[in-house]
Amino acid sequence: MAECHPVGFQWVMAAKERGARVIHVDPRFTRTSAVANTYVPIRAGSDIAFMGGIVKYILDNELDFREYVLAYTNAATIVSDDFCDTEDLDGLFSGYDPELGVYDPTTWQYEGHEAAVEPRDPAMERETAMPMQHESHGPGVSARVRRDETLQHPRCVYQLLKRHFSRYTPEMVEKVCGVPRERFLDVARAWTENSGRERTTALVYAVGWTQHTTGAQTIRTGAIIQLLLGNVGRPGGGVMALRGHASIQGSTDIPTLFNLLPGYLPMPNAVLHPTYSDWVTSICHPEQKGFWYKAPAYCASLLKAYWGDKATPDNDFCYGYMPRLTGDHGIYKQVLDMIDGKIKGYFLMGQNPAVGSMNGRAQRLGMGNLDWLVVRDLFEIESATFWKNSVEVETGEIVPEECPTEVFFMPAASHVEKEGTFTQTQRLLQWREKALDPPGDARSDLWFFFHLGRIIREKLAGSPLRRDRPILDLAWNYPTHGPHEEPSAEAVLREINGYAVDTGLTLRTFGQLRDDGSTVCGAWIYCGVFADGVNQANRRRPGKEQTWVAPEWGWAWPSNRRILYNRASADPEGRPWSERKAYLWWDETKGCWDGYDDPDFEKTKPPTYRPGPEAEGTEAIAGDDPFIMQGDGKGWLYAPSGLLDGPLPTHYEPPESPVRNPLYGQQANPVRKVYDRPENITHPSPPEPHTDVFPYVFTIARLTEHHTAGGMSRYVEHLAELQPEMFFEVSPELAAERGLTHLDFGHVVTARGAVEGKVLVTDRLTPLRVGNRAVHQIWLPYHWGPGGWSKGDSANDLFTMVLDPNVLIQEGKAGTCDVRPGRRPHGKELVDYLNEYRRRAGNLEYHQTPIITTDAVHESHRRGRPDDGS
Amino acid sequence: MGVRTWIEGWPVYRQLTGTDPLGRGLAAMSPRSAELRPRTETADSMARSVCPYCAVGCGQRVYVKDGRVTQIEGDPDSPINRGRLCPKGAASKNLVTSKFRQTRVRYRRPYSTEWEDLDLDTAMDMIADRVIAARAARWEDVDDSGRPLNRTLGFSGLGGATLDNEENYLIKKLFTALGAIQIENQARI
Ligand code: SF4
Repeated sequence: MAECHPVGFQWVMAAKERGARVIHVDPRFTRTSAVANTYVPIRAGSDIAFMGGIVKYILDNELDFREYVLAYTNAATIVSDDFCDTEDLDGLFSGYDPELGVYDPTTWQYEGHEAAVEPRDPAMERETAMPMQHESHGPGVSARVRRDETLQHPRCVYQLLKRHFSRYTPEMVEKVCGVPRERFLDVARAWTENSGRERTTALVYAVGWTQHTTGAQTIRTGAIIQLLLGNVGRPGGGVMALRGHASIQGSTDIPTLFNLLPGYLPMPNAVLHPTYSDWVTSICHPEQKGFWYKAPAYCASLLKAYWGDKATPDNDFCYGYMPRLTGDHGIYKQVLDMIDGKIKGYFLMGQNPAVGSMNGRAQRLGMGNLDWLVVRDLFEIESATFWKNSVEVETGEIVPEECPTEVFFMPAASHVEKEGTFTQTQRLLQWREKALDPPGDARSDLWFFFHLGRIIREKLAGSPLRRDRPILDLAWNYPTHGPHEEPSAEAVLREINGYAVDTGLTLRTFGQLRDDGSTVCGAWIYCGVFADGVNQANRRRPGKEQTWVAPEWGWAWPSNRRILYNRASADPEGRPWSERKAYLWWDETKGCWDGYDDPDFEKTKPPTYRPGPEAEGTEAIAGDDPFIMQGDGKGWLYAPSGLLDGPLPTHYEPPESPVRNPLYGQQANPVRKVYDRPENITHPSPPEPHTDVFPYVFTIARLTEHHTAGGMSRYVEHLAELQPEMFFEVSPELAAERGLTHLDFGHVVTARGAVEGKVLVTDRLTPLRVGNRAVHQIWLPYHWGPGGWSKGDSANDLFTMVLDPNVLIQEGKAGTCDVRPGRRPHGKELVDYLNEYRRRAGNLEYHQTPIITTDAVHESHRRGRPDDGS
Repeated sequence: MGVRTWIEGWPVYRQLTGTDPLGRGLAAMSPRSAELRPRTETADSMARSVCPYCAVGCGQRVYVKDGRVTQIEGDPDSPINRGRLCPKGAASKNLVTSKFRQTRVRYRRPYSTEWEDLDLDTAMDMIADRVIAARAARWEDVDDSGRPLNRTLGFSGLGGATLDNEENYLIKKLFTALGAIQIENQARI
């Protein structure tokens, strides 16, 4: 955090000054470790084992915050009798389909709901990263469940959790993570002792944690701990994602992602959602509790925002215009489709995949096989110049005179040359005022896409083709200003916020949205950012003139709430758990919730409210159900639905690992998404042979002075001067083993590429004792490429493309490699060099990763359906 | 100039005899530096902005003089950063004014080894033509069972996460109306 979010880190230091203990767990000693009270080195990719050990420690010693856990989580809920755990099936859950490589989740359901599982297509769910919809809300699950408040029932979630994590002993943590048991126990003690009524512990991660084939489950493990300890929805608690880009939160809320529409509404699927009603019903799940019940209003209002007057209740708001998904259209599939010549054109907007994406060679080969490429950026980044200065030009794999791609470099406006909002990592929208006009041909992306749409519409005007109706009927009339006819960003934000069709007045909250076409709203979760016709994201009341929550600086979704699920900061009766941690409370005299924040709860619903047996939606949320976006109103220790790789997190080895999984026969995530192709080879891992060819672990991260793929830092002289060249770090022990000399050149090799840099021999890295062997880790920064003030090799060239099944994020933090002294071969020799490595590793050209490594797979398959589970 | 004035004009003398023995304040001042005014004071205008690098979201004040950005500072009013910026935020003026900044459209013809110049309007028109053609080339009306698809697989897009919400919104809206489902963002990477 000190390295990559330095100014945010000032608050950690402020907490430390007030007595907080700071614990840092990271494969490499960083500036954060330097000022933490405790630093724990860990093997990259073993986080679930580490935190699984903490879960076990909490449960074994009954250190959970019992009152909170009973009232606010699903600990007491009883799960289907047909469910089999990884304990029973050697690392698999019940329901694995070895042919499709996915689970049927029927047996994971709550008791009595097995039959209620809608027909599912888990393979399709993986292809379209469907679980991603749940960023704003839980998946569909019935509100009516059987519970055992004594937590003794063998199939209640609490007992299942106990059993599932029973192997995650301190000894096992030591064996998997390379963390000595005493150090682990010190962290476990500190975390639990600092949680409860009087105290809370914050769990902070950077999104490298998500960049694993078990990314979603890693975060889940953190959430389980925080729920067990009562650290969710309370000040000083939570699971805090430190996202890496100015508006990366905004880019998922209002996504440019293939599988999502604004506000986490799913893109329609050809098979699952042929009609409007199929689409809407799949989102609102009429049988469940909570605010997602009102999805029909969010859907209708979005389609109204897209097609304006043309969208009416009679034509299902032009749902027939919506394009449909049939499978994986994610970025990695796209790259392979480019290599295969299936994609003709490609837009890059402020993105540099030639350096920033996994398997850089595949990225560049894809871009070199297009009809056309449009790059919008401040600088001539590597993705605009790959045809003349990439590694493949050196090796002859891309020959400029033979490369067909027509490239348009379109200069972009910088952040001070346009106005608009970023959403930062705490869901806070902040408006930027424009300081001056962009120079020359530089334009904002708002300008580019607005005018591109306008020109396309002009060219297609009068077309009789049915396929052109959606673009011609599109509501695309934004006011423009200035000599360049810049569209008004405020007008767009106003549409995102939403307004009433008849009066044109902006809406204050998503509760005002209607499903009858009377409201327009571009992103329901952002409804309120333009409340009362005022740009709330532009509020700048100085922090010093406000409470510590600072509610009048910018605007946070939803409804300007700064802590989500903050009802949980009070006990079931509505009193703060303690004076020290008071945040929200029920005021009996005023008859409403009061506190420092906007209540993430219906303002006047008393703690004593109990729903009737027929209640649905928000009515079904009891006065002591804080998790209002979950179908059962509870925080989920166990996820019966919504995750494709299991209802509970399980330690699997990264797809490339030097060690056999010490916990189960199942080596790696059995549901991970793989692309086995000659351009995308994965190294052998145990139990396969030849693992000695790539014996070391490598991981990558950022430097304070650079930013991601370097497009915004290698071209900035001050930053390039502060970190002027590519280097990588090794421990003194590894340096001795491989003959690497401090400050001399060395290179790291995988089957995908070789990356050279200066060797930094440092005890910031330490060999870890994993099982009965030492595991060496190499650390590389990934900011370099052949452009800018400071040039160097790109560390992402080392990775293969293999993905988490839930959200299709890549494994980008743990791989295996070799390391050698001296520079890497250049030109054609590099190809021979890599081929020799591939040959030694067992002719990797045709290597298919074995997905299943346990014999229990048939048992898992057999026990997957309730009827044949006996 | 008298001898006394001459000697007192000598920083080391002032450092040894004055109130600034470390030579970091008054002693080091020359008539020129005494007259210097901070760029924040002499700016024509100031805009309130947000750092474009990481997701902490530090508030910035952007100072402009004679049509150029002359200074970017942390916004002391922001409850997030209280006026502070890290090396990246502090270098963001250079991001805007870098000598590498490309402000003209560049065009690379197929099989060419060089960039060429291209007029912005022409480029926009050419890109629109290419989108229409690529869209048509891989248009899909229905799937094998006759279910509607309404989509094209002819072109795709990948956006960085420094795009504004308003920009992302228009991009997704336009792509969706064109039937172009292949749109992705750094947010998945
Ligand atoms: S100044 Fe530094 S910490 Fe603040 S937003 Fe910018 S990059 Fe992040």
